[in-house]
Amino acid sequence: MENTNYIVSSSPHIRSGESTNLIMRDVIIALIPALISGIYFFGFKALTVTALAIITCIATEMAMQKLLGREVTVKDLSAAVTGMLLAFNMPASAPWWMVIIGSIFAIAIVKQLFGGLGHNFINPALAARAVLLASWPVRMTTWPVPGMADAATGATPLAILKEGINYVNGLPVAAGGEMAGQALPNIWNLFIGNVGGCIGETSVLALAIGGAYLLYRGVINIRIPAIYILTVGILAFVFGKFDINYFIYHVCAGGLFLGAIFMATDYSTSPMTVKGQIVMGIGCGLLTFVIRFWGGYPEGVSYSILLMNVATPLIDRFTMPRKFGEVKKSA
Amino acid sequence: MDIRTLTFKGGTHPPHSKKATEKLQIEKANAPKVVAIPMQQHIGAPCEAIVAVGDEVKVGQKIGEPKGFVSAPIHSSVSGKVVAVEPRLYSGGSKVTCVVIESNMQDTIHESVIPKGKLEDLSADEIKTIIKEAGIVGMGGAAFPTHVKLAPPPGKQLDTVVLNGAECEPYLTADHRLMLEKPDDVVKGLSALMKALSVKKGYIGIETNKPDAIEAVFNAAKGVDGIEVVALKAKYPQGAEKQLINACTGREVPSGGLPADIGVVVSNVGTAAAIANAINTGMPLVERIVTITGKGVKEPKNLLVKIGTSFKEVIDQCGGFNGKPGKVIGGGPMMGIAQFSVDVPVIKGTSGILVLSEEEARLPKASNCIRCGKCVGVCPMNLMPMHLSANALADRFEQAETLHAMDCIECGSCSFVCPAKRPLVDSIRVAKREILEKRKKQQSK
Ligand code: SF4
Ligand code: SF4
Repeated sequence: MENTNYIVSSSPHIRSGESTNLIMRDVIIALIPALISGIYFFGFKALTVTALAIITCIATEMAMQKLLGREVTVKDLSAAVTGMLLAFNMPASAPWWMVIIGSIFAIAIVKQLFGGLGHNFINPALAARAVLLASWPVRMTTWPVPGMADAATGATPLAILKEGINYVNGLPVAAGGEMAGQALPNIWNLFIGNVGGCIGETSVLALAIGGAYLLYRGVINIRIPAIYILTVGILAFVFGKFDINYFIYHVCAGGLFLGAIFMATDYSTSPMTVKGQIVMGIGCGLLTFVIRFWGGYPEGVSYSILLMNVATPLIDRFTMPRKFGEVKKSA
Repeated sequence: MDIRTLTFKGGTHPPHSKKATEKLQIEKANAPKVVAIPMQQHIGAPCEAIVAVGDEVKVGQKIGEPKGFVSAPIHSSVSGKVVAVEPRLYSGGSKVTCVVIESNMQDTIHESVIPKGKLEDLSADEIKTIIKEAGIVGMGGAAFPTHVKLAPPPGKQLDTVVLNGAECEPYLTADHRLMLEKPDDVVKGLSALMKALSVKKGYIGIETNKPDAIEAVFNAAKGVDGIEVVALKAKYPQGAEKQLINACTGREVPSGGLPADIGVVVSNVGTAAAIANAINTGMPLVERIVTITGKGVKEPKNLLVKIGTSFKEVIDQCGGFNGKPGKVIGGGPMMGIAQFSVDVPVIKGTSGILVLSEEEARLPKASNCIRCGKCVGVCPMNLMPMHLSANALADRFEQAETLHAMDCIECGSCSFVCPAKRPLVDSIRVAKREILEKRKKQQSK
């Protein structure tokens, strides 16, 4: 018989060009505009924090996988994405040891201990941020003022806004609380990211560019981000007594774009079904606004997403698509 | 042309890869010196060889007698002498009894092969008999005996015949060329099927990436009552039975049911042309159009090949292998069967011979599911492939069953898109097999 060393496997015999690695690469590319804006407004420290987080995440993943006897898969770039997202959720003034602790927690505990990529039930970067925020609340909410990287006094727009909005000479200012009377940053600055906040969350413009890229590449679907942002926007408009400024600040500030585009869409921790994604978007939006409006925190994006992460398996279960040819019950 | 463009929900877009052969006219393959004709080329019971070593046979002579209702007779594709009746490897992947015939190169036609007259003069029962006797089976790949479809279980009211001209499998162009070169046969075959079933409505669904075929068939069907040509969005698996019916008629075959349950019979354009040929010339199904293509062959072609010709002989006529072949597939890349050897015969269901290069054939390494949901989005049956697969891999077959594993049509769309390169269909197939076993056991209890 002639040479019969053909590869024999079952169908399909062709595979698409997509890969985990390419998807992660696309996410990294999409995060670059926000990184650039972070460096531009918060200085070189934004870059060092980000680099340190990425390196620590990758190193932790390697170490953990070796330790657990798993295959080392850092080449899939998912650890790098986690590092980048964690850094984006920290102030540029964060001390190096905090960055390292956060990164190790994200990868070692949240990701690898639960089984690695795709098995973690909450977003590693957000979980790490929550832990850091609980442990070092002051350091995690001390925002550098844009342009003056070390003068640590900036307040985020939503902190100023917490007690509502007032107008002095036609300009929006804080209505109450400790910061009563403090002026809100102007809307253009808010849009480009020239306001206090975490490294990667302030520039709506840069995040939207990244989001557009991910949509174009088919990495994410528009459902979760659009519904999330819309839900927050509508609630802010209604509960802000139809004040347009109140609406704009709620939509553009507080890391809503970062969360909606890059974190609520995390594959591992968000629903896979169409209906489930709609539920995710609405749920995140509702929770975010409830925390901001009635809760103790001015922000609320990370906690909302974390809560919805926990609910994701349930959401998926209850939103399974109707099978083709399935007979409708009690029609 | 007033043509509707229709489709189904879900599906994916593998590269068409049809450029190499879509413009090439169908050529008659060189006459083979030897053919090995398997006694099982169809779904159902095998045939019994009714010739013995030393017998002389002629083209069109019946050599295999079906041993059950769900079966179809098999005929000789050459004239010559039977030199062996023995089990041989065939393109289904296993060994079956083959009748090996050495051709005398005369192509003498058997006496039983006589034209059957005009379609108008034939009764429904006569048409059914012609189809049954000609050994006609579904030529899209599944090879289900056509006459069985024409005998629906009592109580099922049929009203529509849908012809599959989608040819959604990448690389293959056999149906495309057939529709272009013999549109009248396609339409006549459909008319015959409709008459046999006393059905008034017939659809021919063709993907929009074959505009020339749509036009040719449209023109051929002009003035034929009840036949509508519909353009289908070029999307995989547009030609899958349930998806095709859904696109053309808007009806859904119920889970676990058959097209007949909703009044539809599906056939393939190749099958229709074979029926027309059987009526026009009396010649049973002894040859078919095969697309030989892929990076691994030097000159891709559409050839009219006699059943029983070996893959090797056919590939040699296409300039032979181009470099070292990595994989040889009988059929298309999404649902075809990988071959152990090229010493296997072309059978009634061989729509293509696809040779992939070593590079293309290399199996990707699977990694963790990243829960991207892409498999869910493409599944034409609206299943959740990654859950099915995860349960199958963990031996939780009952769980897989409640997640409708049995509804999987094994189209391969999920495995195709998965960025983690998980072999989803493989594991779902395992689950299906286990579930079937269990059901059988329960029935025999
Ligand atoms: S689960 Fe079955 S029907 Fe669905 S895409 Fe995969 S192979 Fe096709
Ligand atoms: S396509 Fe692959 S990686 Fe994505 S959810 Fe399905 S199995 Fe998981």
